[in-house]
Amino acid sequence: MTSGVLNLVLKRLAIAVITLLIVLFAVFFATSMLPGDTASILLGQAATPEAVAGLRQAMHLNDPAILRFLRWLLGLLHGDLGTSYANEMPVAALIGGRFINTMELAGITTLLSVPLALTLGITAAMLRGSLYDRTVTILSIGVISVPEFMVATLAVLLFAVYLKWLPALSSVNEAHTLTDLVRIYAMPVITLTFVISAQMIRMTRAAVIETLSTPYVEMALLKGASRGRMVLKHALPNALGPIVNAVALSLSYLVGGVIIVETIFNYPGIAKLMVDAVATRDLPLIQSCAMIFCLGYLLLITVADIIAIMSNPRLR
Amino acid sequence: MARVAASRRSFLGHSYNLVGVVAALVILAWTLIAIFAPYIIPHSIGDIVDDDYFGPMRQGLWLGSDYLGRDMLSRVLMGARYTVGISLAAVAIACFSGVVLGMIAAVTRGWLDSCLSRFLDAMNSIPSKLFGLVVVAAVGSSIPALILTLAVIYIPGAYRFARALAVNINSMDFMTVARVRGESTAYLIGSEILPNIMRPVLADFGLRFVFIVLLLSGLSFLGLGLQPPLADWGALVRENIGGLPFAAPAVIIPSLAIASLTISVNLLIDNLPQKIRDRDA
Repeated sequence: MTSGVLNLVLKRLAIAVITLLIVLFAVFFATSMLPGDTASILLGQAATPEAVAGLRQAMHLNDPAILRFLRWLLGLLHGDLGTSYANEMPVAALIGGRFINTMELAGITTLLSVPLALTLGITAAMLRGSLYDRTVTILSIGVISVPEFMVATLAVLLFAVYLKWLPALSSVNEAHTLTDLVRIYAMPVITLTFVISAQMIRMTRAAVIETLSTPYVEMALLKGASRGRMVLKHALPNALGPIVNAVALSLSYLVGGVIIVETIFNYPGIAKLMVDAVATRDLPLIQSCAMIFCLGYLLLITVADIIAIMSNPRLR
Repeated sequence: MARVAASRRSFLGHSYNLVGVVAALVILAWTLIAIFAPYIIPHSIGDIVDDDYFGPMRQGLWLGSDYLGRDMLSRVLMGARYTVGISLAAVAIACFSGVVLGMIAAVTRGWLDSCLSRFLDAMNSIPSKLFGLVVVAAVGSSIPALILTLAVIYIPGAYRFARALAVNINSMDFMTVARVRGESTAYLIGSEILPNIMRPVLADFGLRFVFIVLLLSGLSFLGLGLQPPLADWGALVRENIGGLPFAAPAVIIPSLAIASLTISVNLLIDNLPQKIRDRDA
């Protein structure tokens, strides 16, 4: 790796850190604007003004916002996510188990959707213009054009109502056997896989088609290389950068998808936790959940950009 | 239909194809429904007209009944008003602000451009659904608040797109000439840049409209969008989700309504002539 690439990558990382700070700031201020006074919400309607004032003092709610932001940031650096307003538990303890649940969901989805989408995307590009290509393209446009909850409801209709293969709603806590586990994860994973794959198929197909239109691929064609050889030996290695980039970018759609899917299937992950926290105005919990999501999203986008930089042969 | 096709041809000065015309007709139909919904609904949206809940489609109740036995057809038609109306208002604000800021940044360059770009790129890296969740929790779900929230979420994207286009135009000779003439920034963006980026910006407007419809429906589906008794299509799916195990039309029809609108806009844009929809221009 030359110093030019290294410089670009370092610059990209610096931008990511600055972006993270701006995002944290935005999240903190958006949540500070939540209507209602937290102290009076916590103490209930019967609270005396003195008690409310005392609690406000104890929770540092009277301090200027910037001071609270810095204190919160400092806590984050020490791994202290704060204490949930709603049930007095440390946020880290609330998030811990659910974070693993969400990562499991995201991980299984990734393992399924990446090979599926790459196969479909690359073969569609190879058979460009065929009935197969058009079917794949139309289906992926269809999935992208509809809300995630519609994909979820259609999956429930198909697999639970008409085919009766899977239960419509499920709870992770009741899983005892492997079959149970598969049945529980099946619906959320199927839905998320559809949503993520559609994006990935489109981007992969576009990347391969672009490479296929380059002069050196035409050269391979004129040389008499077979179609398979042309794609696998000549086009694919060069399209790898854009494809990995497409995968990383598509995976960032997991964030939006997971919020809907966890809610609709009642899956105990952090997205569900956050939607519930919004309903109860549990500030520290909302902040931490939002931060985790932004961090994950930012990480994937930064990885995508860095891969794009590194895969650019002109910079090598 | 012939009239619409003809007007499309004369308006854009390009040939058209069947898919594009059908998509345009679907969009036109939903727009008309959104405008005239209160005059064409067969029942008031609050009236309970069916003894049964999640009733099937039958004569008189063409789309069945919802979880309280209310007429689904009326509710879907009125829902169009909120989904299309709110999304259209939001996309108009987002695109107008984004495009104006983008053009100003491209023309003035310098620190204003750097600051705006850095800040809006950071905003862009907050996942839209998460952004919506946090902001709606903070400012509430009234219709004006929803419109502004959705607009703010999509300003960075519109800005980035318009700025990229405007930067290209900015390096043209006629821009140098206009600058040498001593024209103001307002003249430069209004009379020199805007006419040259208008078509791709309109295509972008359509795509962003789809994103906003999807986000609004998603928020309403989570119960954080439009609040009862008002109901857009996302909220209709949410309140009737209990009918899912019986495959009730009440939960399927609003989903199909969203899909028909978003897919039509996508297809219309995909079937515009290359010259108009070229996003790399």
